[in-house]
Amino acid sequence: MISECGNVKVKVRNLSMIFGERPEEALQYLKEGLTKDEIFERTGQIVGVYDASFDVAKGEIFVLMGLSGSGKSTLLRCINRLFEPAAGEVIIDGENALEMTPQRLREVRRTKLGMVFQNFALFPHRTIIENVAYGLEVRGVPEKERLAKAAEVLKLVGLEGHEDSHPSQLSGGMQQRVGLARGLASDPDILLMDEAFSALDPLIRREMQDELLDLQDKVNKTIIFVSHDLDEALHIGDRIALMKDGEIIQTGTGEEILTKPADEYVAKFVAGVNMAKVLTAEGVMKRPEPVIFVDSSPESALKRMRKYRKNFAFVTNKNEEFRGVLREQEAKEAAESGKRVEEVFFLDTPVLSPETPVTELISIVAGGTHPLPVVDDRRILVGMIGQTALLDALTPGVTENGVA
Amino acid sequence: MALPRIPIGDGVEIAVNWVESHFGGLLDLLSTVLGALVEGLKDVLLLLPPLAMALVIAAFVWAVSKRNFKMAASTLLGLLLIENMQLWTLSMETLALVISSTLVALVIGIPVGILCSRSDAANSIITPILDLMQTMPSFVYLIPAVIFFGLGNVPGMIATVVFAMPPTIRLTNLGIRQVPKDLVEVAEAFGSTPKQKLLKVQLPLAMPTIMAGVNQCIMLSLSMVVIAAMIGARGLGYQVLVGIQRVDIGTGFEAGLAIVIIAMVLDRITRSLTEG
Ligand SMILES: Nc1ncnc2c1ncn2[C@@H]1O[C@H](COP(=O)(O)OP(=O)(O)OP(=O)(O)O)[C@@H](O)[C@H]1O
Ligand SMILES: [Mg+2]
Repeated sequence: MISECGNVKVKVRNLSMIFGERPEEALQYLKEGLTKDEIFERTGQIVGVYDASFDVAKGEIFVLMGLSGSGKSTLLRCINRLFEPAAGEVIIDGENALEMTPQRLREVRRTKLGMVFQNFALFPHRTIIENVAYGLEVRGVPEKERLAKAAEVLKLVGLEGHEDSHPSQLSGGMQQRVGLARGLASDPDILLMDEAFSALDPLIRREMQDELLDLQDKVNKTIIFVSHDLDEALHIGDRIALMKDGEIIQTGTGEEILTKPADEYVAKFVAGVNMAKVLTAEGVMKRPEPVIFVDSSPESALKRMRKYRKNFAFVTNKNEEFRGVLREQEAKEAAESGKRVEEVFFLDTPVLSPETPVTELISIVAGGTHPLPVVDDRRILVGMIGQTALLDALTPGVTENGVA
Repeated sequence: MALPRIPIGDGVEIAVNWVESHFGGLLDLLSTVLGALVEGLKDVLLLLPPLAMALVIAAFVWAVSKRNFKMAASTLLGLLLIENMQLWTLSMETLALVISSTLVALVIGIPVGILCSRSDAANSIITPILDLMQTMPSFVYLIPAVIFFGLGNVPGMIATVVFAMPPTIRLTNLGIRQVPKDLVEVAEAFGSTPKQKLLKVQLPLAMPTIMAGVNQCIMLSLSMVVIAAMIGARGLGYQVLVGIQRVDIGTGFEAGLAIVIIAMVLDRITRSLTEG
């Protein structure tokens, strides 16, 4: 998962952050295997983050997820050094943020690192538009220009007409959007977003998430997004890191986390999610078996079906392109009447694409007599989905690993 | 059992003499500047005839109190009463002393308060000094003031500044430290320089608390300016002193009343500024 390729925008290595006067002591205990609670009892110091490593690629939305107090905000704040890590590295565009001089750090914060705060943290003494323009103001952008830009961003988040209000006059959700606008206004490459949508009601929240994804398509920012909401993480995250007690316990795509939880904790964490909403065919499909070639004989086809204890087989050509489905009954008839496979298999079987959402699969797959083939855009057979695969996927924890 | 007496008093005297002989020139310069400040301010306040000036002050109260007519009217009435008691010139002299003392106290106190808010080391040194300054009887300040600056308005002013400054330092420090941490973090996250952080976030947000400090500073100045009459400061305080010396209750009371009126006017102005 951790790659060294050139488009890594933010690289975090073995990052630890301790709240307390003697971080070395706490780190030593951590190495010895003590838990966060034990360390707090012994030293009175709080482990914020321990040994976190991950890469965020350019243009990626990387979600830090975990329960309250798991260290998400702390980790996020180490990236722009609002908190000084006790150990580790934060590499931004190849430059170690922890070694930056104060001047350089300011420069990077002004131009590269935008931040949206968990509790909005709007300046009460400034109007909405002045809040949004703050980043540009400290950068020295002339007033007219920065107010124009701020007005533009306010429009983007749907707060036109509130430019001259004060934060206290706005609802929580509106304030959150101001915070978002403030983060966007200075047009940073990297956006650090701490529960940026948590105060919005569900409909607007979904809207803002989609808005963010759109924005992402257009301007290709790199986003590190903190969320304690799994649905949100799965919806917007290209990849997700799940945290517990300051440590990252699993990093992967949403599907990886759902279908291959690293341990009991992750499995429990994701158990509540409505799998159908987030899974695609690719995530639940199994290996297509058995497969026969178009020019096989009916006898060999029947042999393969018996071997796999199935009453059907997928038919492909030599290039693995999907051609159709052969059922046991027709194969037998063909064997008796001396016909070739080509003459008896079904050509008009519905096929699924890897991106088909599971919600749509349910109705298609449920009634069928055999699993449906999944083919990619070159019609190559990549998988199959039957009723068992679907059920497995929708009931994590019943099978050990979700999907084979 | 007789412990040798520690010569604290002698020590202070030696220190004072040392300062006198090494910094005499500086003290003279200070004396000249401060004297000019008070005199200049007094001249400005007496530029207009009392009636016109009273109207100007009332109009100013009206403006800063967001057009509170009642406040402006009572201010005008109070000022007219002062004029009626024939205490106008002395009152303006007192006002000049209060304003210039307060200005000096703020010019020193606010930066020191800012320093305290940024450095715990500075704070831990300065806080006990402030405690000392505030518990020391105010009369004690009169002695070194006289020694360094002789008799007159300037030593009165110096004693007033020393007496009135502590709340400004304390409340500036407190105000800045009370600025919500997350707002300071926002300033930092967006790459503010320490100066931008101070001017754009911390000071504006600390302003109500700092203004409360300014208000206290003015009130303390006013009370001290009266006491400073004992070392030759002019104004209403002198009139009170005269009243005491001659056991003339009428003179003393009238001067006292004028002081109360000035206090009320100043209090209204600073409060209005704080709320606005
Ligand atoms: N300023 C601080 N001083 C001391 N301890 C802190 C501080 N900030 C956070 N912590 C501790 O660090 C741990 C991680 O906190 P953090 O705020 O990063 O959690 P989080 O995952 O963001 O939780 P939430 O979802 O509630 O925001 C917690 O145990 C918390 O008590
Ligand atoms: Mg948090």
